This record gives sequence, C-alpha cells and structure tokens, in this order.
Amino acid sequence: MTAHLTETAQQRDRARTIFEKSRPGRRAFVAPELDVPQQEGLLPDRFRRTEPARLPEIAEPEIVRHYNRISKRNFDVDTGFYPLGSCTMKHNPKLHERVAALPGNARLHPLQHPRRAQGALRLMWELQRALAEVAGLPHVSLQPSAGSHGELAGVLLTRAYHEDRGERRTKVLTPDTAHGTNPATVTMGGYELVKLGTSDRGDVDVDDLRAKVGEDVACLMLTNPNTLGLFDPNIEEIARIVHDAGATLYYDGANLNAVMGRTRPGDMGFDIVHYNLHKTFTQPHGGGGPGAGPIAVSERIEPFLPRPQVVRRESGNGAGPAFDLDFDRPKSIGRLRSFQGNYGVFVRSYAYILSLGSDGLQEASETAVLNANYLMARIAETAGEHVPPAFERTCMHEFVLSGGPMKRALGIRTLDLAKRLLDYGFHPPTVYFPLLVDEALLIEPTETETRETLDAFAEVIGEIVTEAAEDPDAARNAPYTTPVRRLDEAGAAKRPVVRQPL
Amino acid sequence: MAEASYPSDLKYYEEHDWARIDGDVATFGITWYAQDQLGEVVYFDLPEVGKTVRKGDPYAEVESVKAVSDVIAPLSGEIIEVNEALSSGPEAINDDPYESGWMVRVRMSDPSEVDSLMDAAAYEESLS
Amino acid sequence: MLAAIGAESIDALFSDVPEGVRLGRAIDLPPGKPEQEVYEYLRDLAAMNVSTEDEVSFVGAGMYDHYVPALIDSILARSEFLTPYTPYQPEVSQGTLQLMFEYQTAISELTGLPVSNATLYEAASAVASAGWLAHQHNRRGRFVVSRGLHPHSREALATTGAGWNTEIDEIPLADGVTDASALEQALSDDVSAVFLQYPNFLGAVEDLEALVAPAKEAGAIVVVQCDAIALGILRTPGDFDVDIAVGEGQPLGNRLDYGGPSFGFFAAKQDYIRRMPGRIAGETTDVDGRRGFVLTLQTREQHIRREKATHNITTAQTLNALAGVIYLSWLGRQGLVELGELLLQRTAYARDALAAVEGVEPLHSQPVVREFAVALDADVDAVIERCAADGVNPGYPLARDYPDLENGLLVAITEQRTKADIDRLATTLQAAVREAVPA
Repeated sequence: MTAHLTETAQQRDRARTIFEKSRPGRRAFVAPELDVPQQEGLLPDRFRRTEPARLPEIAEPEIVRHYNRISKRNFDVDTGFYPLGSCTMKHNPKLHERVAALPGNARLHPLQHPRRAQGALRLMWELQRALAEVAGLPHVSLQPSAGSHGELAGVLLTRAYHEDRGERRTKVLTPDTAHGTNPATVTMGGYELVKLGTSDRGDVDVDDLRAKVGEDVACLMLTNPNTLGLFDPNIEEIARIVHDAGATLYYDGANLNAVMGRTRPGDMGFDIVHYNLHKTFTQPHGGGGPGAGPIAVSERIEPFLPRPQVVRRESGNGAGPAFDLDFDRPKSIGRLRSFQGNYGVFVRSYAYILSLGSDGLQEASETAVLNANYLMARIAETAGEHVPPAFERTCMHEFVLSGGPMKRALGIRTLDLAKRLLDYGFHPPTVYFPLLVDEALLIEPTETETRETLDAFAEVIGEIVTEAAEDPDAARNAPYTTPVRRLDEAGAAKRPVVRQPL
Repeated sequence: MAEASYPSDLKYYEEHDWARIDGDVATFGITWYAQDQLGEVVYFDLPEVGKTVRKGDPYAEVESVKAVSDVIAPLSGEIIEVNEALSSGPEAINDDPYESGWMVRVRMSDPSEVDSLMDAAAYEESLS
Repeated sequence: MLAAIGAESIDALFSDVPEGVRLGRAIDLPPGKPEQEVYEYLRDLAAMNVSTEDEVSFVGAGMYDHYVPALIDSILARSEFLTPYTPYQPEVSQGTLQLMFEYQTAISELTGLPVSNATLYEAASAVASAGWLAHQHNRRGRFVVSRGLHPHSREALATTGAGWNTEIDEIPLADGVTDASALEQALSDDVSAVFLQYPNFLGAVEDLEALVAPAKEAGAIVVVQCDAIALGILRTPGDFDVDIAVGEGQPLGNRLDYGGPSFGFFAAKQDYIRRMPGRIAGETTDVDGRRGFVLTLQTREQHIRREKATHNITTAQTLNALAGVIYLSWLGRQGLVELGELLLQRTAYARDALAAVEGVEPLHSQPVVREFAVALDADVDAVIERCAADGVNPGYPLARDYPDLENGLLVAITEQRTKADIDRLATTLQAAVREAVPA
C-alpha cells in the first residue's frame, strides 16, 4: 500500500467556521414590527451591553449550506456500521422523529398545568411502568438527564437511605473494569472509591469483594454483563454479600441491551438501576447527546426518589384516572435538574417500546447476543492469531479483543487498526477500554446488523492484519481517505484554542 | 529524550521520581521511564513555594495527551523553589527530564529518608 | 450463525445466566405494534396536551416560547448530525467537532467569558456543576445563594451537593432584587461560591456591579445564571468580572418539549479551563497541515481521569447545541439586538397594561427585559383556570416556590406574543380577577 497520492475533495475543502463566512449587513432573521409605543429609558445604561455579541452576519442559504457541508464530514450509524462497545449504536427508527415533533409534544411548556398536560404525563407514567417491567424494579423516576446523571442519583439515593437509618457510610465499591463514570460519580457523591479486582475468567473477584465489604461500604456499583461483555454467574452471591453488609447494589444499565426478556437486574438483586435511553432504547446519539438516564428502584429506596414524581391518581368521581406531578415527598433527595426531564427523549423511547413490545424487546437482546458471538467467531477465523478474544468464553452483546499479539508480531497497535478501518468505511470499535485488557478493542454490533455486514467487517479486519504483515506503515499512517487525517491532539492540549478569535 | 537513561549521581523512588541531593536541599523530577509512559507532556501544574510535601504523597499534577498523573514526592520537606519555565515549556519534562525538566527544590525535613531511596542500578533493575 | 459460533441454540448463549435469575416468561408488556398503530396512539396522547400552539401562553420561568425557525428542523434531521456518537474518532467527526467549536465561540461571545464547554444537560444541573467546580477549586464550606436564583437551580445545587459537606445560605430579595447588605453580611473567608441570576427569577435585572465586588473580595467564586436572549442587550457577566456564567439553552432555537431536551451553557474565565466540566472542542491541524478540530483536555474527563475527573458527565446535549448555534447565526449580530429591544418594549407595555388592571399590581418596579411578576388580588389558581377557559395562559404561579409571594404570577413575553395578545391577556385577566374568589 502506498501512501495516499491525491487529496479527496473533502480534504481539499479546508474547514471554515460560520464566523468566517460572515459579511456585514447580511441577515436571515426578520424582526416582527414594533407594535407597542416605544418607550425610552427602560434599561439604564449601566446595564446595557456596549458592543453586540459578534455573532455571524449571514443569510439563510449560506447557513444551510454551511451546516450541510460540515455534516458530510461526519460518519453516522444511518450511513454505516458503528460497533462502538458499550454504546449500543442500533438503528434509530424514523417514526420517532415524527411523534416527537407533534405540536402537543414539541410546543408543550413544562409548567403547563398538569390538567392540560395529561397526554404527556400519561406517556411518562406508561413509560415508567414499561421500564419497571424491563428492569424488574417497581419504582421509576424519569428525571436524570443521562446515564451519569442516573448514577449520581443512585449514589445520592444510597446516601439518603443510609442517613435515614442513622448510618454513616463512606465508601463505594466498583470493579476495576467499571466505566469511568462510576468512579467519577463516587467522588461527586462524596464517597471514597474502593476498587474490586477481576478474576481470570473476567468476573468480579468474589473473595476480594468479601474482603472489602463492610459497615463502612455504602454501595457496590456493577454492570452485568460487565464492560468485558461477560455475564457474571456469581451475581446472586454478590448480591447476598452486599445486602448482608447493609449496602445497596447499583446497576449501571449501559449493557441492558444484552438481557431484555432473559433476566432482569431487579431479579438479580439490584436495588437501583439506571437506563440509558440513548443506548438500549434508541434515542439518537446526536453526536454526544441528548440522552436520558431514568432510574428504577426497589421498595426500600422509593421514599427518596427525586421530586416531582409522575403519579396516577384515581379521581373517585368516575371521571377516570388523572396523571399528576407529585411534589409531596418528604424524604425525597430533591431534584437533580429543572422541570421533569428530557421529555422529547421519553416520547421516542416509548414509541420504541410500543413498536417492539414484549416479543420485540426480547428478540432485540437475543439477536444482539447472537450477533456479538457470531462476529467474535468470524474475527477469530480471519484474524484470531493477531487479535484474539481477551476471554475464551461466550460473550453477551459485546466482546473484547486484545491487540497485544498484533502489536508484538506486526508492529501495529490497536489505534492503527482503528484508523485503518476508517478507510474501509467502518467506524472503529471502542479502543483502549476496558483498561484491564492490553490494546483493547471492545466491539458491540447490536441487533441491527445483518449477517453480511458482520462478515464484511470480519473480512476487513483480516485484510488489515494481512496488509500490516507486509507493510505496517500503511496502518500506522492511516487514515488516508477521511476529511482530515490524524490530528495533533498534543498541540491542542498544550495550547488549547477553544473558540474562534474575532 | 529518545534513549532511556538513569544518571548515576541521582537517587530514585519507586513512583518513578528522582532526587538530586545537595546538602539539605533536594531537587525532584520524574524519570525517563515515567515520561515515556506518560507520552507527550502538555501541562504541568506548578505547586506553590512554601508548600509542605510528604514522602509518598502527591505534590503536583502532570498532564500528557494520554492522562493526568499525580507526581509523588520521594522525600519530605518544604518547597523552596519551583521550575517556572515548565509553565510555558512543559515538554522539557520529556526532552530533558533530569536537567531542564526539574520540577521543584525542597528543603528536606528528614534527610535520613534519603537512605531508603534506590540508586540508579537498583531503580533500573526494578523496571524490568 | 449458531454453527459458526459452535452453539446449539440461542438459549446456550445465555448459559452464564443462573437459573435463579432467569425471567422464564415473556416481558409483561403488550406485543409489538405496527408503525401506524404506534403513531395513532401517540398522536392521540399528544392531542390531550394544551400546547403553545393551542393557547396564548405567557408562561416562562426558565423556558420560553420563542419562534424556532424551520431551517433548524431540517438541519437537525440530517442523519449525519442526528445519528453519530460522541466524536471519539475525530477524523470522521469533523462535523460534530466543528459545530461544537462554533457553539463554544457563540456562547463565549454572549457571556463575555473566554472559555465555554460544549454543553451540560440544562440550567439547574449547570448551576450545581459550577458549585462542584468551586468546591473542588477552593475547598471552602459554604455556598451563598440569592433567592433570585431559579428555584430549580437552588434545589439542584442542594440535592447534587448532599455529599460535599457544604452549607447553603439563602439571601432574601428586597424589592425584587438580591438584598445587597444581606449578601455582604453573609460573606466570609469560608464562602466557596456566590450564586446569582441575571435577570433574576422575578425578571428583575440585578445590579451585578454592586453584588459581585464584595463577593470577589471575600475570595468567593461568582456564578451567575443568565438569560441567553437577554444577554443580547445586557452588559455581559464577563464585563462584571463574574467567574462562571451558566444558563438555560432552550430559548436558543430549541423546542419546549415539556422541559427537555435542551442544553445548559457553561462559560468561565481562562483560569478554570482545566477544571471545566464536560467536553470541549479545540482547534488543531492534521499531519498534512489541514485545519481540524478535536476533543481537547480529555484527560480531565471521566473516561480517563476516573475518580479524579472534573465531573462525571459523558453524554451531554450536542444536537441541542447545534440548534443553538444555528439559531444564533440565524438571528445574527443585529438580529439578537433587535429581538432584545423588541422584548424590552413589549414587556414594558405588558407590565403597564397589567398594572392598569384592577386587582393586579407589579411585585416590583425594577428594570425588566422579558419577564415580570405581579400580585393578584384573587386566588391565583382560580384565575388561571378562568383564563384557560378563554384560551389564555396568564403565567406561572409563584406560590409553590415563594410562599411569601403566594398571590404572585410570573408573566413572560416572547416575540410571538404580539400587542394584540398582550391586550387580550389584560382583558382576560381583568374578567378572571373580577370573577374569582378574593384572595
């Protein structure tokens, strides 16, 4: 493989920001006419801005062209395979945008009187019930805005639960394979982090757990399957150990896509669960949000749920039930954000649940697991010597390969393999996570993908590895065909330029 | 600095720090191994002069493209000087870790702690 | 496929799941439905809601019924913006990274502060995040919070900070603005941060000049929640030496959506760049010298720094930031000023019109830009119901959040509320107050 010879059209098209396309006097907005008598002196000078914000001066056609052009410099899951581990990049059904855009949803003010927002409150209540059934825990709050926010809620609920019992606990346990949000949340929750080891099989080291659990431990945060894509068969015993010590058991729902209809965190013994609606329930990722991170909790945690809660009240006068926001929650931890949460996300996720239903959700998980195991087997055929699975056992919805052998034998790293994949029109898997595995590649195909796509991906991995054996520089200098090539991240960190100078 | 090197006139600590002893003043920095692990250093958070440091405790942070790491004190004492040049030129930590990449100078509170540090050979041995 | 795996059945793939936790039955939900039926069901639910399309609404209190131009809908519908993940592979994510960079620039311009992140979830959690930054930075034990700060922000700060060993002192309002002498008395060298809102929750433009200086002297970090639209004509937080400016992004091109998703903006002085929560896009070049953008300062974020991260946030509100930067470009440099001036005039007109209604009195006479508070000489809830019957939503009742203002009503103006709408509000309110039970 020779180095790239000519630039692609997109590479030739140098990035220009919308500010650089500004020209004095141009505009898109036409202000409504002033239809009230003009008054002077309404705002004292000392409160007035002396210079307008230097926003672009640009008309609609140029705005549209600008964003259309830069959008084409993105790869997205509507365009191609996006097997990012722990991200669940499944298809986003297009119906969801239609229902989210209905004016009754899109133009509904959050402080509208509940009497005049019955459709919204009922949708939230029904979504809560569906999520409760999927997780096997009865009480749901839709308030948290993302998975991390749900984790924070879980840690704060744990704190409230123990304080209510007059207990002061200072530590939270997480396995060393935990996603970084777990330890970060522990710190924000005011707890001390204690790490748990992982066994050779990839499960929680139960002996280590027994040694570290105690009266000063508030909570164990886990996900099951874990970030290695492995289901921990010791989960019942883990739950017993944690509960016997009086701690809560928290479920990070990032990997819920593996188990719907097969098992439920509530049944595994978890007290608090968060869901990532932008993963399992297909809220589009939007390049980094929005999402939502609702939580479900057991009976004993319920009193502490955030305020307000969406409730259903029997009206008693034969008029049928009414849905309401309940603020009368004396033991509530309070609120984590304004209003009721990311309702637009709830609409989409509920549409998904209605569309798939009981059978569809189960099938989604089963197909996700099937696809992951199939892809793992196929890559083992095409490149197993160089990127073997980190654990030789059945995976769930995702699996981890190690690029260590490839690095030692061929001199290219997981990073180089990932960059070379870009030239083939695939988004790379998650790389260098979890930290436990050397040169990790975490691959989650999801149930969306056809067998042909999975086969094609496995073939390409094989091709890249074969190419590297002859010419390691090809991958080391990849990508060649993307709108930009490898970027100077060190320079960006040393001298951060985080806005356009004007 | 391209090639691994561990000057024999320095003392070394297990958290990959070195110390140059001069009377009751010690100069600290991080070893070639440490800067190699970190990758390109982009920022060094200078601690304050006058701050007390304790052997084994972090006294500063060094940020590379890959990670932000605590820098651990190999000896106890009070910081009497910091290397201001690292503010604008943190890459000296990579390029010249034992000379212009020095981080702080400390007046030792317990010079006997020096005895527990490793010499260059022992440190290099510990890396393998 | 099972053959390739070497498994007997799908069940075999789940063999690690112990017997004791197997569900063993179908999920107790109805079966899946055809798209058409899902649409009809959700359409019928949406029809039960009275939206700002159905009534003339003067409800604000943090989210505002501004006109969202159509180009935002079409650009946000693009797969390339809607469906990618976070830009962890920058070579194929320049669209996302560039929009983040442009958004950061726009927010920096609005607030007058040099560093903006690429969004937090919304305003209240952004306020809480500012509290976290302050606490991590100076390790002091108290937060001083004006009662002019949005009630949801105040509560989110308290809830989020439950494990920080911090105390919150609330400063009362006097004549609709923060009581400056009460604030000064609350300051000490143990105050980590002071929190204000601008304009405040009751719509009043706070005199930041008088409030910020003593707080800075006490060594506290000053956090101000601002109205993004009002910043078009108001002197910037940066100009007042404020440390951190946060706010609700919904008014910038985002739908009401019954409260979310929107975004929270977070801008700060250069000193805090390495403590900023959330993602930040930075400019750089590629190996061939092409200009490009990357996520920068990632080593401080949760996925790398873990328990020592600046914050736990991962997914934020990128798509909503895109709506925000398109909106600000659509308004443009002059347009944002014109919008602000229009709101200023119409709000003054509205306040005067309501003041002329019998049984309605402004709660304060401070300068206002787009929202103001009145007291009714009648039961507020009854008045609201009576107005609803006439297709008007007169505003947000203050009683729940300000028990001492139990007959208060917060009235918001946007460019969609014309003089005719405001006149109608006055007439409707007049009739409702007359008919309602005296307070």
